[in-house]
Amino acid sequence: MTQTASSPAPETAAASPLLKVNNIEVIYDHVILVLKGVSLDVPEGGITALLGANGAGKTTTLKAVSNLLRAERGDVTKGSIEFKGDRIDHLSANELVKRGCIQVMEGRHCFEHLTIEENLLTGAFTRRDGSSAINHDLDMVYGYFPRLRERRTSLAGYTSGGEQQMCAIGRALMSRPTMILLDEPSMGLAPQLVEEIFEIVKKLNEDEGVSFLLAEQNTNVALRYAKYGYILENGRVVMDGVAAELRENEDVKEFYLGVAGEDRKSFRNVKAYKRRKRWLA
Amino acid sequence: MYDAVYPFLIEPFAKMWTDMPLFFAETVISGVMAGVMYSLVALGFVLIYKASGIFNFAQGVLALFAALTLTGIMDNFGAPGWLAIILTVAIMFGLAWLIQKLVFNHLINQEPIILFMATLGLAYFLEGAGDIMWGSDVKVVNLGIPQGASQWLLDGPGLYVEKLEIVAAVTAAILVTALTIFFQKTRIGRALRAVADDHQAAMSVGISLEKIWIVVWAVAGLVALVAGIMWGTKSGVQFSLSLIALKALPVLILGGFTSVPGAIVGGLIIGVGEKIAEVYWGPALGGAIENWFAYMLALAFLLFRPQGLFGEKIIERV
Ligand SMILES: Nc1ncnc2c1ncn2[C@@H]1O[C@H](COP(=O)(O)OP(=O)(O)OP(=O)(O)O)[C@@H](O)[C@H]1O
Ligand SMILES: [Mg+2]
Repeated sequence: MTQTASSPAPETAAASPLLKVNNIEVIYDHVILVLKGVSLDVPEGGITALLGANGAGKTTTLKAVSNLLRAERGDVTKGSIEFKGDRIDHLSANELVKRGCIQVMEGRHCFEHLTIEENLLTGAFTRRDGSSAINHDLDMVYGYFPRLRERRTSLAGYTSGGEQQMCAIGRALMSRPTMILLDEPSMGLAPQLVEEIFEIVKKLNEDEGVSFLLAEQNTNVALRYAKYGYILENGRVVMDGVAAELRENEDVKEFYLGVAGEDRKSFRNVKAYKRRKRWLA
Repeated sequence: MYDAVYPFLIEPFAKMWTDMPLFFAETVISGVMAGVMYSLVALGFVLIYKASGIFNFAQGVLALFAALTLTGIMDNFGAPGWLAIILTVAIMFGLAWLIQKLVFNHLINQEPIILFMATLGLAYFLEGAGDIMWGSDVKVVNLGIPQGASQWLLDGPGLYVEKLEIVAAVTAAILVTALTIFFQKTRIGRALRAVADDHQAAMSVGISLEKIWIVVWAVAGLVALVAGIMWGTKSGVQFSLSLIALKALPVLILGGFTSVPGAIVGGLIIGVGEKIAEVYWGPALGGAIENWFAYMLALAFLLFRPQGLFGEKIIERV
């Protein structure tokens, strides 16, 4: 898996990626075209970032994979999605979780009226390997998120945003996934907490071998933890590359990492300023 | 304000309580019987509403259908009571499956009003189906549930209480306890509460909404069967059974549409309240208070406490 990071394109590195999204088009409500041909590969064992501003289509892409789109009247109208070499575009979310691909939704979506522990246990819904295996994994999750153990009996609705994010990730882990589609874990969290959560994601990736497809607006953090990144704009992939290279890329620096001073840029280059506005709108 | 309402609203109860404690107790107990019925029907409503957002107009008819099926099996095939109950439960579960597969699977993502209309259609369909299959004459539920007054209570404290009322209350209590354990302690029960909280999140962890909704309809069918048996034993199985659903509506307003304890407590309050109102204010207001008391009470609640007694605790993080 370590070769993938150093090779420029994942298509050539891994013979068959864990997840292969092939030129998909997504339409909401039969008329709103949101994804206009998105392709991406997620290699096994890596963390792959999906970057882009508000409304770029990150969440839509993840939901197309996890098949939560239909509940939002969304439809994959073109292209194909493969997971572990099998077409999955017409499988239910339930079937997909059984196969090892689970989504952690944007905004955590914990079950508010269930306790933290009950939330975690719902993640094991599809499992059939008995309660001792499930309890073992519950301990594993508490090992990664000691705070959840402390708040085990609290209603999830009464816990903090950070704890809810941990709960949502822990809940997904309880399904014993091969891949987690993680949607904006940093949303609304203090920088220190964001760092804490990304450290745990990294550990899960390294120790448990879970692959991640990570949708983030926080480009800076995402590119530090990911191996490879895709940049989405207006429903299209406009750039992709190894994370370390993306971080050095001038455009990425300017538009997503905010390295250059905003005022100076905007006065010197009106066109760039407008592009930036559009990206960050 | 207080002085104005006291002699009319409060004093009668205080008087009844102090002057005729036994009569008061009998009135309350007979109200409990009706209240249990309302509670059971309201409970079916709440479960379906919580888990799927469907306002199930057919809940009362479900009770009628269950009771008709039960008596039909016993009368037409001479099946013993226990076997008829098992068969009816199986039929109610099958019905739950059919309802989900044939109706609501095709209405996913539709507006609540459309789902409501579907249950309206379902109500008429079930009514007709019950009629065609088992005939429209009034039937008697004959499960050997003891009838008449409880001798023990009559001899002891001198209370006149129908045995059926005791059986109904105990059965309902057992049913509610069993359901509570099911919801709180089992994997499916937990998934059911998860679905009630957040459909999308439930889907995202691999819970099949369709399966959970079948379970919910099955539980509602089971609760309807119990209500149908009790009511049918008391007054015979006939169309009017489905009308208790109309009384369940004020119960829901009182208890809150999403609260299981609310359905139970609300049902009891209305059952007991209307009996007492009838006995005390009946003469003053010309009787038949039982028919509208529940709706007046519900109206008062809508004005002063629209979320109901136990309206869902809305969690707001600070
Ligand atoms: N259910 C829906 N119906 C119609 N349009 C939708 C729906 N969900 C999203 N969209 C539209 O699709 C586009 C992409 O949305 P999406 O949520 O995928 O963006 P995103 O990259 O995840 O943005 P954010 O960073 O804000 O989460 C947006 O223009 C949005 O308005
Ligand atoms: Mg998003």
